[in-house]
Amino acid sequence: MSTKTVELNIGDVGAKGADASAKVDSEKMALNVGPSHPTTHGVLRLMMDLDGDLITSCEPVLGYLHRGDEKIAENMTYNQFVPYTDRLDYLSPLANNVAYAIAVEKIAGIDLPERCEAIRVLVCEMARVSSHLLGMGVFGMDAGAWTPFMYTFTEREKLYTLFEELTGARFTTSYTRIGGVARDIPDGWLDRVTHFCDNLPKAIDEVEKLLTRNRIFIDRTEGIGEVSKEDAIAFGFTGPNLRASGVDLDLRKDKPYSGYEKYDFDVPIGTRGDCYDRYLVRIEEVRQSLRIIKQVIANFPDGLWYAEDARKIFAPPKDKILSSMEELIQNFMIVTEGPQIPEGEVYFEAENPKGALGFYVVSKGGGVPYRLKIRAPSFCNLSILEHMVPGHMLSDITVILGSLDFVMGECDR
Amino acid sequence: MIDQVFTDALLDRFDSSSFRHHEDCLTLDCNPSSIKDLLTHLRDEETFDLLVDLTAIDHGTNTENRFSVVIHLYSRIHRDYLRIHSPCSDNDSPEFPSLSELFPAANWHEREAFDMFGITFTEHPNLKRILMWDSYPHFPLRKDFPLAGIETPLPADDVAEVTQANVDPAPMMGGPFVSSGDGMMSESEPRAKDESWTEQAEKPK
Amino acid sequence: MTANEIAYNGKVEGDVIVTKADAVINWIRKHSVWPMPMGLACCAIELMAAAASRYDISRFGMEVMRFSPRQSDCMIVAGTVTYKMAEVVRRIYDQMGDPKWVVAMGACASTGGMYRSYAVMQGVDTIVPVDVYVSGCPPRPEALLDAMIKLQDKIGDESSVKNLKGSKEIELAS
Repeated sequence: MSTKTVELNIGDVGAKGADASAKVDSEKMALNVGPSHPTTHGVLRLMMDLDGDLITSCEPVLGYLHRGDEKIAENMTYNQFVPYTDRLDYLSPLANNVAYAIAVEKIAGIDLPERCEAIRVLVCEMARVSSHLLGMGVFGMDAGAWTPFMYTFTEREKLYTLFEELTGARFTTSYTRIGGVARDIPDGWLDRVTHFCDNLPKAIDEVEKLLTRNRIFIDRTEGIGEVSKEDAIAFGFTGPNLRASGVDLDLRKDKPYSGYEKYDFDVPIGTRGDCYDRYLVRIEEVRQSLRIIKQVIANFPDGLWYAEDARKIFAPPKDKILSSMEELIQNFMIVTEGPQIPEGEVYFEAENPKGALGFYVVSKGGGVPYRLKIRAPSFCNLSILEHMVPGHMLSDITVILGSLDFVMGECDR
Repeated sequence: MIDQVFTDALLDRFDSSSFRHHEDCLTLDCNPSSIKDLLTHLRDEETFDLLVDLTAIDHGTNTENRFSVVIHLYSRIHRDYLRIHSPCSDNDSPEFPSLSELFPAANWHEREAFDMFGITFTEHPNLKRILMWDSYPHFPLRKDFPLAGIETPLPADDVAEVTQANVDPAPMMGGPFVSSGDGMMSESEPRAKDESWTEQAEKPK
Repeated sequence: MTANEIAYNGKVEGDVIVTKADAVINWIRKHSVWPMPMGLACCAIELMAAAASRYDISRFGMEVMRFSPRQSDCMIVAGTVTYKMAEVVRRIYDQMGDPKWVVAMGACASTGGMYRSYAVMQGVDTIVPVDVYVSGCPPRPEALLDAMIKLQDKIGDESSVKNLKGSKEIELAS
């Protein structure tokens, strides 16, 4: 049976298609991402205009988690406010506690004993490890990889066990007080931290094996969300985001606090400022944090965990309160009226895992601050979205948000 | 280095600024009319190119200049901060020149200061509320605004209709639990500051 | 299904079990609750920890955390609900299909928590009906799992067939 071949002349389909789409008036589509969306890392709303798959404008809307922390601070004593600082960057609560305590201690002019400073550095670095592990796990999840999330969460659970032994809570620890920390480290805790630090590099290596040289991951993150050095400085970036853009600014090295000048560590700096660089900077920071933790434990000083001469500021130990009149009165005054901080103002920034968390405290004497401003790194990091996102595709949004590693708790306060 | 030489040179050049103190970092007072010149000089010539914070303070309802804006700058060369206090013009509807052209980072900080204090930043590209919803009528961080809040309707009408929900003042239950220590106990104890008054339950005298 | 809910004699009835419709329907519903995590603040991290490998929520059939309200059964409100966010929470609750349950996880979702301020809604039960409240700030993952078990018990006690019959005028084949 012979098949009949019929030739059809349909012309140049491509040209016809181009003609047709040129006549179609392409309207922009308004797309609303969030506030309840798995990739927005909390409650961030993005109002975007799309031209096909290309984003032409992006307006972030914040405030869905604004809880009024700064107003609350004007009605609380300094120690009563410590639990609120936990819940700012709730992935590394200990680092926030330390930053707040140091800021208030600067107005009071308290000098802390070396043991207290070492404890604070230790918990800050552990909090940094915890925050970066979650950041990178969730970043992988945003790019489509589920396994690194499970691996990093397993390591974080070990950290939670250590925190719970030290402070009593898995996270939201409220560990520092003005003038010291709440309690001394338990026996054998340092050995357990050392054991954790010995095992962590293996876990990070596993995550790196899955992500760092993964073709899909690199394609999704390299060249995406590039922030130039000038833009990063102009928009107020701090922390790993700023360092990934090539700016060498680390407050632990530039303005060391709490004894950081004693420890030897490197600061990773990126080159391109894209999502891949931000990921690499954070992974390397975890390794450097482990270096610091090992040094702290190796030279752990003896002494007290609070400033003994801060009489009107730090409550004396319980056995003295229950046996001596003067300590009893001191405890009563500190609990009801708050630690008596002299008049003055201070601005202190600490190098938190998310960036530079700053506390601007204005005190008019007494136990309650007059004005407490929290300079949140995530708030400043997010302001670049309006400028940076247009020009990217819709599917890059998840990767950009994941790489900026922000937390709405501190962004909205 | 931010030493006396630096401070003297700066204050000589800008005579609308004055020295306030140098306890934790150099703090200056500046007039709002010359704040932009001062900041341009600091950013371009004195390497203070990072605006770390811009906020406002409410000094109380019966002070002369009620609101003042506080700006913090950081220099990577000097490795130090610099703080500038600057009063706002009017007590009832305060205004201040916007710095978002000089420092794009100031954009959101100024929106927050507007949201919380009601300070209008002139020539700001997008002065809208950022933390509270757009139609919120009050300015929360002012000293005459209570912590518990003031009753307003819920921002979404359909949800409010279905659920009969309202933005109610939070029940303080005798808090905040701080005593000021000075003066009469009946005024300084927390119960006196109980802010859970409503139309049904009067504020305790 | 417990022993006193079914009447079964293998030799006589073969592979047929006679029981109440409610028992079967509730058994199926409670062992595959698909939560919709309304993760707003810090409690969301403990929710994620409950879903991770140490406190496996998958043992209860709840690891399918669908972020789409149309595909989920239970909304776990984890975190502080502000007045600005209230509209969003209610809209998502409305989009969920019946039967649906709500778990208020943590102090902030139950009663406003320690945030007694102008912007925080003092409890999510102002806008959605809550079935289980979990206390804690944040509640441990074990507390959340305990709450989900209590929710399972509550689902087991529901009169599902009556709800099905009573929602519309359905004419059942007599």
